[in-house]
Amino acid sequence: MKMSSIPVRKFDAIIVGAGGAGLRAALQLSEAGMKTAVLSKVFPTRSHTVAAQGGVSASLGNSEPDHWHWHMYDTVKGSDWLGDQDAIEFMCREAPNVVIELEHFGMPFDRNSDGTIYQRPFGGHMSNFGEKPVRRACAAADRTGHAMLHALYQRNVRANTQFFVEWMALDLIRDSEGNVQGVVAMEMETSEIVIFQAKATLFATGGAGRIFASSTNAFINTGDGLGMAARAGIPLEDMEFWQFHPTGVAGAGVLITEGVRGEGGILRNANGERFMERYAPNAKDLASRDVVSRAMVTEINEGRGCGPNKDHVLLDITHLDPEVIMSKLPGIREISIKFAGVDPIKAPIPVVPTCHYQMGGIPTNYRGEVVVEDQVVKGFYAAGECACASVHGANRLGTNSLLDLLVFGKSSGNSMIDFIKGQPKDLPELVMNDVERSVARVARLDNQTQGANVNEARTAMQRTMQAHCGVFRFNDMLQEGVKKILEVEVMVKNTVIADKSKTFNTARLEALELENLIEVAKATMISAEARKESRGAHVRDDAADTAENPNGRDDQNWLKHTLWHREGNRLTYKPVNLKPLSVETIALKTRSY
Amino acid sequence: MDEVDLKRILWRSRRGLLELDLQLERFVEQVLPTLTTAELAVYEQVLMLPDWDFLEYVNGKSVCPDPELATMIARISAAQQ
Repeated sequence: MKMSSIPVRKFDAIIVGAGGAGLRAALQLSEAGMKTAVLSKVFPTRSHTVAAQGGVSASLGNSEPDHWHWHMYDTVKGSDWLGDQDAIEFMCREAPNVVIELEHFGMPFDRNSDGTIYQRPFGGHMSNFGEKPVRRACAAADRTGHAMLHALYQRNVRANTQFFVEWMALDLIRDSEGNVQGVVAMEMETSEIVIFQAKATLFATGGAGRIFASSTNAFINTGDGLGMAARAGIPLEDMEFWQFHPTGVAGAGVLITEGVRGEGGILRNANGERFMERYAPNAKDLASRDVVSRAMVTEINEGRGCGPNKDHVLLDITHLDPEVIMSKLPGIREISIKFAGVDPIKAPIPVVPTCHYQMGGIPTNYRGEVVVEDQVVKGFYAAGECACASVHGANRLGTNSLLDLLVFGKSSGNSMIDFIKGQPKDLPELVMNDVERSVARVARLDNQTQGANVNEARTAMQRTMQAHCGVFRFNDMLQEGVKKILEVEVMVKNTVIADKSKTFNTARLEALELENLIEVAKATMISAEARKESRGAHVRDDAADTAENPNGRDDQNWLKHTLWHREGNRLTYKPVNLKPLSVETIALKTRSY
Repeated sequence: MDEVDLKRILWRSRRGLLELDLQLERFVEQVLPTLTTAELAVYEQVLMLPDWDFLEYVNGKSVCPDPELATMIARISAAQQ
């Protein structure tokens, strides 16, 4: 392919991804009169933001007194002090503004009788610096994410945002100084490769939960922005931190609510043993999420897992009255029959800790600017789950994910507007090195006649991540995991697809997605192996709970952000910003609930 | 309906919700190749539904008001692992 024959489309701003963060940023830009393009693999309202049910937090204080500073405290504590306190202050202070704005955009929030937004309690939301629960979560029934996408999408259409739906971005374009010039993208319908050139480019591509065998994430969550950033030489931050839920249906990822254990459900290993009795003699199956997850992984690791691959345990409710199951646990029977092929009245449900949310990502500041070695990468921005501002640190507080999308979508949009205004009217000459690399990647798939099957390579990656780098981690398993994931990478570089056609070639798309996932998988495994402490969602068997290091957290050595660099799989570290914008530092202490 | 249309339908069976992805993955594999052109057109309409409505219909929590779509959704729900 001749580089000069590739069409170039020119914009002020390009946004990759049309979930909550992408749409919020696009709106900011379009309403400011910027010529804005949004690229999305799927129709915007079918982005994974749609799955968010819980709500969005803001210290509106509609039901009882609340304050952004208390919200900030909860977020810092939730992050196990790995979150940057400037970004966290910014987010919590902005929260009431972005929620009210969203209301004005037409978001149908649940309301109080006086017309104000109804707020409900949520785990970890406390008043007066951890004193007692506070009602802070705003929701639109149980479809908050859905309602948010619809409100933002409608508003964008009105503001003349240009949508390129069913387009997949392939690679970032950087000039010789590293400034970002846009992206190379492929139209699915025709497989045509097009350069999208702009003054400012935002990645809002979401998470990469599909690196794990068991994940609640939709199939589209393949970390495309993270893969593109890594290939372009941008490090990925804090990728060892992933939020897990203890009980997803093994092999599917659909969650089984913790209420099942509340109603008397019992976890059993391959021997039929109620193993929680050994780990938590008092609470047993009702022990906290972390304790249950760790016990499940320990059972699997020690060879007492169930099934042909000994890779899950069983959640048994066969002893419960079928009427209790039907009345108190509606939906569970359906889920189990549908996704595990098991009627839980007759046989136990196979379950496994399941990945839910990615805390790490492309390193940014609270303005959404991508930052590498203290320098802003000119023209490059990231927001939402693919970005690491870092507000979630080592663990995310519930309802802060939707808030993240709104606050950092908007702040990225504003930063981009300022940057675009300071740029010369005409776009600079394109540097084609990255374009050539991107075209070569696609050509490799078109020309390859032998090699690894895409599904097999993906399964190998997912099983390796799940077994070696799941919710509870062991030094020897991590070390072996690093070797294994690098072997899987060799497979991914040699994938072959049978279908070489040009129109909606899903086989090719999946192969390209896998090339993004593998970057995230390597970053996760290598960062996790290196971090020799437990903090937030990164929990190691060998990081002991001592008086000096409560819960295995080692602030002396590990109060720092990881940066994984694709080139040579190198790790560097940078300090956590403990200095908020206007208030005093929230001082380190043991995280306990 | 040509091969391009079929492949487009295949891609649009990717959703924002995991439960739908899993259910449609089966349907697409087991049933889609057997559909008539007219049935494919109905399936395309089903794919236009908002994800949560679609999931509620698939799970039988409510019934799609359009009988033609409801019939197709019943076939989607019936696709087994």
